Amino acid sequence: MQQYFYTLGDALFEKLEGAEQLLLGFSGEDSDFVRLNHNKIRQAGCVAQRSLSLDLVAGQRHAQTSVELTGDSALDMEQLTATLKKLREQRGFLPDDPYLNFSTAINSTEYHHDNEVIDSHDAVAQLVQAAGDMDLVGIFANGIQYSGFANSLGQRNWHSSANFNFDWSCYLAEDKAKANDRAVKSNYAGFDWQQGKLAAKMDSIRQQLSILSRPSKTIEPGRYRAYLAPSAVNEIIHMISWGGFGLKSHRTKTTPLIQMVEQGRSLAESVSLRENHARGLAPIFTGSGYIKPDHVQLISNGHYQDCLVSSRSAMEYGSVTNADYEFPSALDLAAGELHSADMLKQLDTGLYINNLWYLNFSDRNACQLTGMTRFACFWVEHGEIQAPVNVMRFDDSVFNLLGTNLLGLTEERELILDASTYGQRSNSSIELPGILVRDLRLTL
Amino acid sequence: MNDYLNQVAQQFISIAPNADFWTLRLTSEAHESLSVRQGVMQPVYNHLARGALLTVVNGDGSGYAATSDLSADGLKQAVRLASDWARQSSAMGLLKARDYPRADARACYETPVKQHWHELPLNEKVALLQDANRALKIHDSIVDWSANLGYGCDDVVFISSAGAYIEQRFHYIHPGLSAVANQGSQTQYRSGGGANSARQGGLEQLKLLDFPAAAPVLAEEAVALLSAEECPQGVMDLVLAPSQMVLQIHESIGHPLELDRILGDERNYAGTSFVTRDMFGSYRYGSELLNVTYDPGHREQLASYAFDDEGSLAQREYIIRKGILERPLGGATSQARTGMQGVANARQAVWYRPPIDRMANLNVEPGDSSVEEMIASIEHGVYMESNRSWSIDDSRNKFQFGCELGRLIENGELKGLVRNPNYRGISATFWLNLAAVGNEASFKVQGVTNCGKGEPNQSIYVGHASPACHFRDVEVFGGAK
Repeated sequence: MQQYFYTLGDALFEKLEGAEQLLLGFSGEDSDFVRLNHNKIRQAGCVAQRSLSLDLVAGQRHAQTSVELTGDSALDMEQLTATLKKLREQRGFLPDDPYLNFSTAINSTEYHHDNEVIDSHDAVAQLVQAAGDMDLVGIFANGIQYSGFANSLGQRNWHSSANFNFDWSCYLAEDKAKANDRAVKSNYAGFDWQQGKLAAKMDSIRQQLSILSRPSKTIEPGRYRAYLAPSAVNEIIHMISWGGFGLKSHRTKTTPLIQMVEQGRSLAESVSLRENHARGLAPIFTGSGYIKPDHVQLISNGHYQDCLVSSRSAMEYGSVTNADYEFPSALDLAAGELHSADMLKQLDTGLYINNLWYLNFSDRNACQLTGMTRFACFWVEHGEIQAPVNVMRFDDSVFNLLGTNLLGLTEERELILDASTYGQRSNSSIELPGILVRDLRLTL
Repeated sequence: MNDYLNQVAQQFISIAPNADFWTLRLTSEAHESLSVRQGVMQPVYNHLARGALLTVVNGDGSGYAATSDLSADGLKQAVRLASDWARQSSAMGLLKARDYPRADARACYETPVKQHWHELPLNEKVALLQDANRALKIHDSIVDWSANLGYGCDDVVFISSAGAYIEQRFHYIHPGLSAVANQGSQTQYRSGGGANSARQGGLEQLKLLDFPAAAPVLAEEAVALLSAEECPQGVMDLVLAPSQMVLQIHESIGHPLELDRILGDERNYAGTSFVTRDMFGSYRYGSELLNVTYDPGHREQLASYAFDDEGSLAQREYIIRKGILERPLGGATSQARTGMQGVANARQAVWYRPPIDRMANLNVEPGDSSVEEMIASIEHGVYMESNRSWSIDDSRNKFQFGCELGRLIENGELKGLVRNPNYRGISATFWLNLAAVGNEASFKVQGVTNCGKGEPNQSIYVGHASPACHFRDVEVFGGAK
């Protein structure tokens, strides 16, 4: 695939006219997707996808396109030659772009994580067997993902990774008529499929389901001491990430962290958040040819520090490119000092929340969020789980949850590989601890 | 209609697999996006995609393969891969052979267009956007402003071993305006002119979406919201403009009625439903005033089509009539799984994802109240428009929505702006409090372009048309204290 991309690129660069420059981005995957319901295959198939983006530049004028490739070099070159012609025509009608910005230094890189992936048919047989009589629903994705960059200045970058991501939940079998949310959510993702790890996760689910089978409790609206497991904290961080860390959103005053920027408001001193490009799961190069720094410290000891800066924002606001998009893809929330093993004791009486769901802003200026509890959440008294809780809506400020009401973060962190597949399989990830909060405001 | 796709279709028929049944959906997409932000023309962005999704049914199994390699060899490879999955799902599948629809229709359909996108030269489109952009910058407190315009043309050819041959061409137009106003740590946002509410058709749709005429009004409202009072808190009357009804319909009628959710397919991701199969035919979903249709007949609406992606004929159906739930939103496969009547709404978002039950055009039918009559009947309440925030539980029951703009209603009159308007409720009871439904005068055709669902994930266009509606006893509130 890498060679095909480079060969196409070389052929296209030969078709440039005058002082034109061409930036090419390649994105593709060969993946299997198996959707399951009731521990049976609902939909199973595979996707072969190859997309090439072109940015044709002359001076300060440029036009962009993305084209789906067939893999047949003659057919692809015919289509791409026509595309170049159209971009050239469009460019003639366009004014200069003052924020055009691409790397002119040559920074070629290669990253291959092309280990042998498990055969998807075998993996599906194993996971169905491992779930046994449990009511399993979810998605198994497996295959190779490709990203590339090349420009007419001579830069070449490649990133490919073979990996799997199995994202599922298991429901109490007889529960549909009584409550919709009595299930345990799990995920197994990585590069080296191990049947033993899958079996251990299934065993853990069986144990949690036995607790979920207890009569559930409905919580009244109010404020509750709560532990939020890493998956739940991930939902909060993901929501803040919509505009929270991008330079453009800061300069246009649309960041939900505007009170940190304009009023010097802070989170708890124990909160430090960075974009950890060095984790290496996503490409280290950007679509404009820049190489991302290893880290960008976004929040340091509760105070806002740096922004993610795309090449376009870098030019518009006089900054330096440090990201492809102004949305994080490799976050690290620093660990704290609480021990996960002691969490029920630390919580004492309150809510143990494994998962949150469907968050959004109820007041963006105040970074006030609303959302729902989901899956296995429990009511705890005196350090003992008493009952699963029915779903509840919360509405609270991040300045409370990660600020004045934050009692601590766990020492242990979880690495979560994003299971989302919009457009294509995600290569985003986040590593983060759980948090204990003095009170969480439930409203409905 | 699309010579290339027809050529590929004919080629595939000549090499078709020896399977119990197969379908091939070929797609060609061409999209173009233009935007001017703060007076600066942004890079023009074009998108071209061609691909095929082949589904093979053998015995009790089914498998699919999606590929952009439309050569004979590429399609043969897809046949092999899809057949492999059909073989495995035959032994481990949830569905049986009888569940798979056997489409055999032959038809052509194209979105009606009065003024084609290409009739206006690129430089004139840029000039239109520059003018719209200037009209948004009315005050120093406007800190970001943009105008955009996009076009998409999707060609789809659907064929099957049962003889189906359906050609459809869809034209989409995507205008939008936005203005951000700021003072200190207070930021307010207004959008309109078709933002987040594209239509099918050509440039003739722009005027109907108030593009670019809405620009100065949106900017003035964004500035005024900076100094507006916070939305009041309490249980009160609520009037929702069509621009918010879109989300209300979408989240608390559309999603809970999707049959695949009711069947549990989405339990790991998009969620379940508070609606169960036994509720259809008798359950009172809303007041007598609530009439909801699946309606492919508004041809300018985002999800109008003649056939869905399983090859089922799209026909208008009542989903809720006089408040009583009649039928779910389930395509032919879901109908076969349940024995229930549904609608033609098995849809693919893109060429490389398989069809699942989606909302298409899901509309609240007009009633007989004018907006003036609604307002006049309210002693204390809030009018809200333009969705800004949405959140609902996984069974689509407990919701909380926020809007860009609110107006107080006092003693039967619309009063001043209020900012950060929010409301929350429960789907199962909210629609029972529907007190008035606007007439044709307030009925607007809109939709959303980013409805997410499915594993693997799919983001799809959905149409929602509605008049303004009046609800009683709603929990309303403003921003953080």
